[in-house]
Amino acid sequence: MKPYLREQKAFSFDDVPENTSFEAGYLVTVNSGWRSIRPVIDTGRCVGCEQCYLYCPDGVISIQNGKAVIDYDFCKGCGICAKICKIGAIGMEAEHK
Amino acid sequence: MANPTAEKLSRDEYFYGHKACAGCGGSLAVRAALKVLGQNAVSVLPAGCMSAVGFNFPQLCFSNNSIISTFAGTASMLTGIEAGLRAKGYSDFTAVGFAGDGGTADIGIQALSGAIARNDNIIYICDDNEAYMNTGIQKSGLTPFGARTTTTPAGSNIHGNLRPKKNMFEIAAAHGIPYAATASVGYITDFIKKVEKASKIQGTKYIHVIAPCPTGWGIQPDETVEIAKEVVDCGLWYLAEYENGEFTLNHKPKDFSSVEAYLKKQGRFKHLDLDDIKTIIASRDKKWAYIEKNFAYR
Repeated sequence: MKPYLREQKAFSFDDVPENTSFEAGYLVTVNSGWRSIRPVIDTGRCVGCEQCYLYCPDGVISIQNGKAVIDYDFCKGCGICAKICKIGAIGMEAEHK
Repeated sequence: MANPTAEKLSRDEYFYGHKACAGCGGSLAVRAALKVLGQNAVSVLPAGCMSAVGFNFPQLCFSNNSIISTFAGTASMLTGIEAGLRAKGYSDFTAVGFAGDGGTADIGIQALSGAIARNDNIIYICDDNEAYMNTGIQKSGLTPFGARTTTTPAGSNIHGNLRPKKNMFEIAAAHGIPYAATASVGYITDFIKKVEKASKIQGTKYIHVIAPCPTGWGIQPDETVEIAKEVVDCGLWYLAEYENGEFTLNHKPKDFSSVEAYLKKQGRFKHLDLDDIKTIIASRDKKWAYIEKNFAYR
């Protein structure tokens, strides 16, 4: 499990908690708009060594069927994964061509 | 191709969707540590980047129980959480705090010192980005010599910060703490190993992890991990542990990489001249002579 995106709703004053507790892992906005470049996985070259998964500050890379998969909703395009990938299976591409 | 470090970690994410800058080293440290400690970690975050980016109501990015503490009170809140949960009959939990360098070495040092003195069963992780980054890059007690910050500007007379970095690791160790360690997000496997080890030790645990800040250090977002590796490779930081009254060095670079190359990659050190770099190299060599003498190498 991880924090996941909820339906957007307007919080009225009564919905705002009076004390400091609220549901954990409650996301309402994505981070994809921060990106100017995006990592793209070359699934032919990816061997699933998981280095990118370990070093991603946002935790957006998971391994599915032995290959890295990126959650583009929350990737900020920092490019750490592309640098850490020794076999060059991750390339950075411009977000708007 | 299985990665042994990744296999040990929880596949769940506990710090996700946060608003930290792209390439943030601190968020990588928090994420990795929580993946080791799991769902039953109760995390405490004082004022600083990690609380500012993790709790923007209603965007709440921790999926374990987490709370913001006062700036000075990370360790005392950990003490309270640990005692409270224990009194309620819980035993399967870890109280873990993530404070920045200012929140640890300056503002939170007395609370931390008190917790270590009481030997409370907590883990305290200091994610050290070497200045008060959240408020706009002011000098902290852990800012290294020569670094430019907004309160130690670089001019023709004074070249940035005049004072060396506080030795927080050995200050924690001097309390006779059960476990203290230094780490770097550039060596994430080593950091994960240390958090895992700390979670199995009874008493206070202190881990000091270097977590570069692209904004404050003047580096590109994709260079965070590289620079965190390089600071260890050039000898300006070291990976060590303190346990049972003994210091152990975990990683010994065969030859140090160039200090000048490390410094010149960063905007905060761009102004340094050759004399400053010589001073930095001399202090590094002095430190390593001390390490050779007093640390065992395993």
